[in-house]
Amino acid sequence: MTRLSPARIALYVVSALVLVYLILPVLIIAPISFSSARFLTFPPPSFSLRWYQQYFANPAWMQATRVTLTLALLTVLIATPLGVAAAYAISQSKLRIMRIIHLALLLPLVVPIIIIAVGIFFVYARVGLVATMPGLVLANVMLGLPYVVISVLAGLQSFDPAQEMVARSLGMNRLRSFFAVTLPQIKSSVIAGGVFAFISAMDETIVALFISGGQYQPLTKRMFTALRDEIDPTIAAISTLMTAASFMLVLLASARQRRNS
Amino acid sequence: MLALVSPALLVILLLIVLPVGWLAWQSVYQDGFTLEHYRRVLTEAIYWRSFALTFEISLAVTVIALLLGYPVAYLANSVPKGWSILILSLVVLPFWTSVLVRAYAWLALLQRSGVINQFLRYLDVISEPLALVHNTFGTVVATVHILLPFMVLPLYATMQKIPGDLMQAGASLGASPTLTFVRVFLPLSLPGVLAGCTMVFVLCLGFYITPELLGGGRTVMVSMLVSRNVELYNQFGAASAVAVVLLLSVLLIFVVVGRFVALDRILGQK
Repeated sequence: MTRLSPARIALYVVSALVLVYLILPVLIIAPISFSSARFLTFPPPSFSLRWYQQYFANPAWMQATRVTLTLALLTVLIATPLGVAAAYAISQSKLRIMRIIHLALLLPLVVPIIIIAVGIFFVYARVGLVATMPGLVLANVMLGLPYVVISVLAGLQSFDPAQEMVARSLGMNRLRSFFAVTLPQIKSSVIAGGVFAFISAMDETIVALFISGGQYQPLTKRMFTALRDEIDPTIAAISTLMTAASFMLVLLASARQRRNS
Repeated sequence: MLALVSPALLVILLLIVLPVGWLAWQSVYQDGFTLEHYRRVLTEAIYWRSFALTFEISLAVTVIALLLGYPVAYLANSVPKGWSILILSLVVLPFWTSVLVRAYAWLALLQRSGVINQFLRYLDVISEPLALVHNTFGTVVATVHILLPFMVLPLYATMQKIPGDLMQAGASLGASPTLTFVRVFLPLSLPGVLAGCTMVFVLCLGFYITPELLGGGRTVMVSMLVSRNVELYNQFGAASAVAVVLLLSVLLIFVVVGRFVALDRILGQK
């Protein structure tokens, strides 16, 4: 198998090209963001931080950044406990209905986001939640839940529930034994789930397009509107910062997971 | 236990089930029961053409993703562990970049004065910039890019489970590597092919950001039909009917495919 047959060489070449195709767009943004040119020229004529200055000096972008960070943080703080509780119940309970509930919690991954977005817009329009922070947070909690549930369920699978039984037989109540025995052992999958929920809220665009407005517009909505009009390199600067933030979070979470396993 | 799961369930009920139910209701009720919106969706050209286009693009994207993804998954499966981790990391790396950011990156790469056109002109391959974006081509390139990981991961997971001795058995019986691949490996990897294709096709059906930003207004996919009917034309009934038809198509695909592959296997990938 390891002989370099022509088929094997073709496999290497094709795979390498596909990987370049996958990575190139991720790598191309940063050089554009550090270029001094008003329009795209490649390679960039000279190094400059002007697009980062434009971003940090613009009150509209700053307000949008505050909205995005608040939104992502609140989403994690709400979605994580809800998701952990749900995953715990699903893994412990033998009720038949839990299977259906489990599937229901994965619905945000199945229903096309555009449908969810329009549906939520109509409902919010009725109850006055359009262009509000609580409305945005609620929608993102829903979108983030499946990630927490999937991650925590995977963590619970490698956890032996008998340990919790032992703690309870020694006199701890269910709640205490969960926090003292179970939670420390599934901590890294809880954190991973929270990180996914954070990134999902930070990157979410389509629902925000429909339900956010006024001063409560997250970054992605402003970026989308700006992209429809022109290609402003300020967006490259914002994109670079967003990508760096996601990568750092993922690296932190996976470093934790590796240390634990 | 039900008490523990109910807050999460409540969020799902209020923010998915209720809104989708609302859409369904709005699609058949406007000052009385009506099927007018569905009649329009099924008979008026702008609607069914958009559905046809969306299915064509989704099919093309799925086929291209399979052709590009299969070799990568195969390679990742056949190299030592360290290499396969590297390959898979490169595959999931774009996952952690926002879809919006990647749409912007493709605009930067593909536009008339973009990186690719400048590079080709520098090489003197072309004299006039190619129209690579603001059309269906640009949409497909960027969409395949976003959906490719959803193809590679289930393929790789399935290939991992194929015992290596089967290939050796084939070889020891005198079959050429090509023959063992076609007769043994390929059929055994088909569940992964099905799972990956389903995921990519279904996700593509509802794609919005890339066709909106890279399609140049000509590639009107179903999702854009929904959003335009809401934002531009205030045709809430029509938008709802389109959304319901789209959702039914997605569910139908899941049900049909679910008969062959376990559904959580398709969904559990991400």
